[in-house]
Amino acid sequence: MTPTAGAPAGDLRLVELTKDFGSAVAVDCLSLTIPAGSFFALLGPSGCGKTTTLRMVAGLEEPTSGRIYLGDDDVTDRKAYKRPVNTVFQNYALFPHLNVFDNIAFGLRRRGVKDVKAQVDRMLDVVELQGFGVRRPSQLSGGQQQRIALARALINTPQVLLLDEPLGALDLKLRRQMQLELKRIQTDVGLTFVHVTHDQEEAMTMADTIAVMNNGKIEQLGSPVDLYENPSTVFVANFLGQSNLVAAQIVGTQGADLLLDVQGRKLTMPAARNCATGDSVYVGVRPEKVRLVPAGASVDLPGHNVLDGVVIDASYTGVTTQYVVRMAWGQDLMVIAANVGNEVRLTAGANAHLVWDASDTFGLEATGDIAEGIETIDEAGS
Amino acid sequence: MATTLSRPAARAASAAPARRPRRQSWLRRHVVQIFAAVALLYMFLPVAYVIAFSFNNPSDRYNSTWNSFTFSNWTDVCGPAGVCDSLKLSLEIGALATLGATVLGTLIAFALARRRFGGRATTNLLIFLPMATPEVVMGSSLLTLFVNLQVPLGFWTIVIAHITFDISFVVVTVKARLQGLDSRLEQAAMDLYANEWQTFRRITFPLVFPGILGAALLAFSLSFDDFIITNFNSGQTVTFPMFVWGASLRSIPPQVNVVGSIMFVASLGLALVGQVFYRRRRA
Ligand SMILES: Nc1ncnc2c1ncn2[C@@H]1O[C@H](COP(=O)(O)OP(=O)(O)OP(=O)(O)O)[C@@H](O)[C@H]1O
Ligand SMILES: [Mg+2]
Repeated sequence: MTPTAGAPAGDLRLVELTKDFGSAVAVDCLSLTIPAGSFFALLGPSGCGKTTTLRMVAGLEEPTSGRIYLGDDDVTDRKAYKRPVNTVFQNYALFPHLNVFDNIAFGLRRRGVKDVKAQVDRMLDVVELQGFGVRRPSQLSGGQQQRIALARALINTPQVLLLDEPLGALDLKLRRQMQLELKRIQTDVGLTFVHVTHDQEEAMTMADTIAVMNNGKIEQLGSPVDLYENPSTVFVANFLGQSNLVAAQIVGTQGADLLLDVQGRKLTMPAARNCATGDSVYVGVRPEKVRLVPAGASVDLPGHNVLDGVVIDASYTGVTTQYVVRMAWGQDLMVIAANVGNEVRLTAGANAHLVWDASDTFGLEATGDIAEGIETIDEAGS
Repeated sequence: MATTLSRPAARAASAAPARRPRRQSWLRRHVVQIFAAVALLYMFLPVAYVIAFSFNNPSDRYNSTWNSFTFSNWTDVCGPAGVCDSLKLSLEIGALATLGATVLGTLIAFALARRRFGGRATTNLLIFLPMATPEVVMGSSLLTLFVNLQVPLGFWTIVIAHITFDISFVVVTVKARLQGLDSRLEQAAMDLYANEWQTFRRITFPLVFPGILGAALLAFSLSFDDFIITNFNSGQTVTFPMFVWGASLRSIPPQVNVVGSIMFVASLGLALVGQVFYRRRRA
């Protein structure tokens, strides 16, 4: 059986997929359905098993257990070259002894396509490297090599394209441009893209669905809005954007709301937004949802939560001002205020109230480290 | 190094004080080239001697004193009995031994570098043994083996003996090249619809080929050159090194120098072609 480009696409399904390297379980019983034609992003910290997952889908790594389906076909035991799947490798893996043209034409030629010139030239256009066909990979910059790796995979229009951080080496302008180009190709041709990235913004802007991975497992899966607005684990709340999380106790209910106790202060939260099962929860709110009000002003608004603290840092970033406010019990919370022009600017040392709509509050299971996922943001951003 | 440099510099200083700093820095700057030149001179003086005396019209039996210039040795290489016969034999043996050792050695190298199998570590170790064994030991043990098995000594026993010691060198050379090859390149080829054979033909082989070629050249020169092991296992057969050795006991015809010169020029030519080819591929 030979793979055919543009064959009737089916969903990519991973069923209880596990990869145990002996020294480490890289992918841990992962189940996932990626709908045909969707742009799917895998987001997660370094070493969480993203590359290993892609390699198993490509057929380059044998799963320890579990199955992989493409549509109705079980492809788990199928050789890599018989899968209608192509990969853009994290380290490019361009063939050093072939020039750029032959690198890009490689897949087409292996499938017996004779006249490849027009297609390769069009692909060189897409990645903006016209005239580079005669060069060797060693004569290209990192970003150029990355674009050739992209072209080499894209030209085959596979059912599923696996992209392992395909834009990591590009500067911001080229990156945005390539993101648009990728998105355009994906919608035009209707391919399924599985895109691994460290760049949250890239995942948010490009993907239909994002899966946040941690320690070989999917922490949460959903649309970008869904993930950001309704994180269901501490890791996701901290890894995707920033969150203010504080430990709280559920002390009662009031209609559709839960009453909470945080270090003696009373807060409320919609019961529907509580993911925790017990009475101990971590309650959270996104920093841009919080308003900072100078101490003394009236804050007795119905349906709002209030906490008091002291501003210890205010940094102006242009569009926003970011405040760090220390609570009486020593925890620092973050407030991001949009600089719309008429707000009162607070300076370090000022006493302030943190005010937010109670419906913006979410509750998470209070197991594990409240800071889980924070460190990795810095790593990923650097 | 400082003392050897300061002495001539000091002498120069007394002669022309004004130029002293320049002189010293010239020496400093060229010290590497000077050492290289001396080393090359040391290495190539014997070769130059061989080439020069291939044009000698010897007055004595050993072609050791310069008499007069002549081209006749070059125009009549096969003149003295045995020169061309033994040369042809050595070339044939070299070619066969190279072929056998390169094919077998390359296969072993692939197995050792790419497969996990029982006895792999032992094989890795044993493959070094022929390189470490003194040639006298190896030659005499092979002779014992052939005699015990009642294999008639001659052309084929020499070929077998040469393959035996050539294989180790081929395995080591090719394996080094294979281990330097990123296996992700082969995976990328598989991902791009190349089956196992196509991956080998299009990716693995072209990338490992320089190593195989180098190994083959090494195997050939080792085989062509070998005297000790050959001498044990040759029976009545006379290879070129054996001919030269035998001749040197009585008289050395200047044609031996011609053959030596040709070998030298040929290997120099090969090296140059290789360099040009390599540069072209990189460019
Ligand atoms: N061949 C291997 N042998 C042993 N362990 C491996 C192997 N490949 C990966 N691992 C381990 O599996 C885990 C997941 O690796 P993987 O390459 O999938 O991470 P990743 O999510 O792609 O990380 P990154 O973002 O840094 O590329 C890591 O802990 C890694 O050390
Ligand atoms: Mg990776």
